[in-house]
Amino acid sequence: MSHAASLTTLPPVIVGAGPAGIRAAETLVRAGLRPVLIDEAAKGGGQIYRQQPDGFQRPAKALYGFEASRAEAIHASWRALLDQVDYRPHTLVWNSEGDELDLLQVRDQHYDGQPWQQLILATGATDRILPFSGWTLPGVYTLGAAQIALKYQATAIGSRVVFAGTGPLLYLIAYQYAKAGVEVAAVLDSAPFSAKWQASASMLRNPPVFAKGLWYLGWLKARGIRIEYDAHLLAASGEQRLDGVRWRQQGQEHQLDCEGLGFGYALRSETQLADILDCRFAFDELNRAWLPVRDAMGRSSRDGVYLAGDGAGIMGADAAEWAGELAALAVLQDRGMSVDRARIHQLQQQLQRTRQFREALEGAFPFPEQWAHEVADDVVLCRCENVTVGEVRALIGELSLQDMNRLKAHSRVGMGRCQGRMCGLAATELLAIGSGQSVADAGRLRAQAPVKPLPYAITPTVQQWSPSLSVAEEAEHD
Amino acid sequence: MSLIKRVAEAQRPAVTFHLNGQPCQALAGDTLLTAILSQQSYLRRNEFSGQPRAGFCLMGACQDCWIKDAQGRSLRACSTLVEAGMSVWTDTQPSTVQPQGAAS
Amino acid sequence: MTDIHTPGSKRTLGTDVIIIGGGIVGASAALALRQKGVAVVLLERDFCGSRSSGINYGGVRRQGRLEAQLPLSQRAHHIWARLPELIGIDGEYVRSGHLKLGVNERDMASLENYAQMAARYELPLEILDQQSLRRRFPWISPTALGGSYCAEDGHANPRLVSPAFAHAARRRGAQIFDQTPVSSIEHDGQRFIVECPQLQVRAPLLINCAGAWGHRIAEWFDEQVPLQVSCPNMTVTEPLPLFMDASIGIEGGSIYARQVSRGNCVIGGGQGYTTSDTTARPGREAILELMKIASALFPALANAHLIRFWSGIEGNIPDRNPVVGPSHTTPGLFHGFGFCGAGFQIGPAVGEVLAELIDDGHTPTPIDAFAINRFSTASSTLMSTCIVSGDE
Repeated sequence: MSHAASLTTLPPVIVGAGPAGIRAAETLVRAGLRPVLIDEAAKGGGQIYRQQPDGFQRPAKALYGFEASRAEAIHASWRALLDQVDYRPHTLVWNSEGDELDLLQVRDQHYDGQPWQQLILATGATDRILPFSGWTLPGVYTLGAAQIALKYQATAIGSRVVFAGTGPLLYLIAYQYAKAGVEVAAVLDSAPFSAKWQASASMLRNPPVFAKGLWYLGWLKARGIRIEYDAHLLAASGEQRLDGVRWRQQGQEHQLDCEGLGFGYALRSETQLADILDCRFAFDELNRAWLPVRDAMGRSSRDGVYLAGDGAGIMGADAAEWAGELAALAVLQDRGMSVDRARIHQLQQQLQRTRQFREALEGAFPFPEQWAHEVADDVVLCRCENVTVGEVRALIGELSLQDMNRLKAHSRVGMGRCQGRMCGLAATELLAIGSGQSVADAGRLRAQAPVKPLPYAITPTVQQWSPSLSVAEEAEHD
Repeated sequence: MSLIKRVAEAQRPAVTFHLNGQPCQALAGDTLLTAILSQQSYLRRNEFSGQPRAGFCLMGACQDCWIKDAQGRSLRACSTLVEAGMSVWTDTQPSTVQPQGAAS
Repeated sequence: MTDIHTPGSKRTLGTDVIIIGGGIVGASAALALRQKGVAVVLLERDFCGSRSSGINYGGVRRQGRLEAQLPLSQRAHHIWARLPELIGIDGEYVRSGHLKLGVNERDMASLENYAQMAARYELPLEILDQQSLRRRFPWISPTALGGSYCAEDGHANPRLVSPAFAHAARRRGAQIFDQTPVSSIEHDGQRFIVECPQLQVRAPLLINCAGAWGHRIAEWFDEQVPLQVSCPNMTVTEPLPLFMDASIGIEGGSIYARQVSRGNCVIGGGQGYTTSDTTARPGREAILELMKIASALFPALANAHLIRFWSGIEGNIPDRNPVVGPSHTTPGLFHGFGFCGAGFQIGPAVGEVLAELIDDGHTPTPIDAFAINRFSTASSTLMSTCIVSGDE
């Protein structure tokens, strides 16, 4: 992965203004460059440190808890950057061709091209979802959504809520909701309690993070909030909206009434852009997913493309900051500029330690591998196209399908508006089981442009089209 | 009946918008998702199941909160802030398409 | 079909006919041969129906085809009528009608000329002036001056139809190998010996249905075909209320559009670019141009979103006709490739024709225009031009 320094004249381009993107921008600015910083949101911070809209008054401590100082530092950096970078908020990168990105300015639906020579992708992550019966009902949200509702809008997803699934977010969000005065009826952790203990020894390598986790758990227990382990979601009930949740625990079924349900199984990387840019992917056991490969500096397999943050594997917000800075240092190195080698070494060591901690975390919040065996046939798998688990299982069997993209072609899974963001990993689990392969061998959905839906309104010059002008004088293709 | 519950930041100025032709109150800084789900329990219906949906990820990824404005334009409710005078439709707009059967 | 022996890890098979390529043409040929009781081994480099046969626009139309293709196309039309009994699924095939629009007087004249010619092949086309176009298809903007309507043409879902031909052939006993690229072919005077990484297959007869790569196989047998690849752009919208009740083409090319029963509008037009020998991507300029034209013609798209676009590799031949028929250098070799982006509708008929050529030695369907030796004069002219201009 050698990235040539020669003839780099354009400013570096950064996609994503979360912790990784902001630290990358800051590092480049410090070196005297004026990077282009593109972000879909109105303000910097990403999802984890998302800022509330103007006019909201809650202090950082109320919004971000233990992470308040981190969040404030990121926001301060973002504000300081505003007049030192070419900042493009409300902007979606929907495609790339050659050395130019295709942008959509979301508010006025305007097209823009953005040429690049050095491109840092800090595209972040979304919740990792495993569907269950009723998961499309109003009132059922991802854990991330439940947190955004509270942090960004000062709302709760219901007056009486249940949080389910696994991952560190589970307890944090339960804590945040309870703290905000919302009734948390239960926390349903899909991992067995023993997993926490077995993992705790190695988590001690990262005492602050481990302590935070224990603290949330202790806080919830001290307030008598029900916490269940080895609890597996069976169904969200309700006709037009959620009114309750059922789960299974050691062979027994349980039920609770609730208005809101947040669930998720840790996070998954947003890799579409790396894929469209032809970065090489490899299967990552820890993330149980195909991810764009990067070297210790964050260089991808494609010359000039750098990867930072959760978009290239889930490492968390702190690691995203370090990876963002590191990717920026790689950009500077590749421009032939001098960089602080000691700093590089330090960042790499921090990232290495985080990786070890992340492995321990995976032990504490293991992926529920039995999901694909146990999920019922009538569960909707793809919420865009309304495809059920049973339909997918049947197709895998009837057609002896072995590859995710063939499954997509036959079942429509991943063909809807979200392009498989919500159902793709679950479909891969079903395919792996159904075809007797590993999840790695089942492959991955190839990303297709546009990265998100592209409005026809992007071509406002429609009226100027003259009938004599055609795309190409060629025959109609069947 | 509302789906979501406000827990803080009630001091913001009120904003009037139209939901399915009826005037409604929201607060400045609300997303359309917040504004609408403070009034009713869904945002749209899935094209294939006809079942109600109320968004899912709230971060512009799941694409399950698209609604229409009075001009028929699509708006992603989780990532569009409400503005005074906006007119949005979560049900079929009578002027553009004839409703079929009973109004939902 | 017999397993002759298994030396080392390489399996060796003997059969009557080897087909290279599991697109709609190769799979249809396999199915037609099995219906005649002929043993078949089909070798597919990727997955059957996963390339252009499976990712094309999905037009099932006779209108607009070159005159030479109309008998073949009419034959295919009858095959499509019994698709479910043939392949076991309906493949979302609908006879929606195909409407070819004209946007200027020259287009209208050319549509009228075409209709007169098509009538000789019992293909009835109805010419619509602007008024009747507006009345019958009010969702098309006045940009269109008129059109030519073919009531029984339509569209289908290629993702489902093309692989289903392969599955139908497999059910009837064809041996089909996915992910089995051919590395070499030899002919020992009596039999073809086809080498694949894990497999060797021997047969007295070979059909080359290798699509946009078919000319390379032809070249192994000293037959030159001036095939060039093209990469048509395809787009699909989010599901929209149903409005487009005919498949649309435009005289002279440009875009083409259909709406499926789920509401998505599939719209193609313009060219993408290749990213490797076997992959292609849509081109940004052409996509934006396509959107511009589509929204000018179909006002209902003004507020729609595109949710996906793609491209694939087609094999184009200068006279826009495919190569179908026996080899002129090698007895026992037959070709069916180079469909110039228009093979989906006629594919099943080509399969039947190839099966007839092999089993009966002749076909009632005229295919002279598709003979592989039609390039020999042209290619030598081309070569001398190249030498004169010194381009190569």
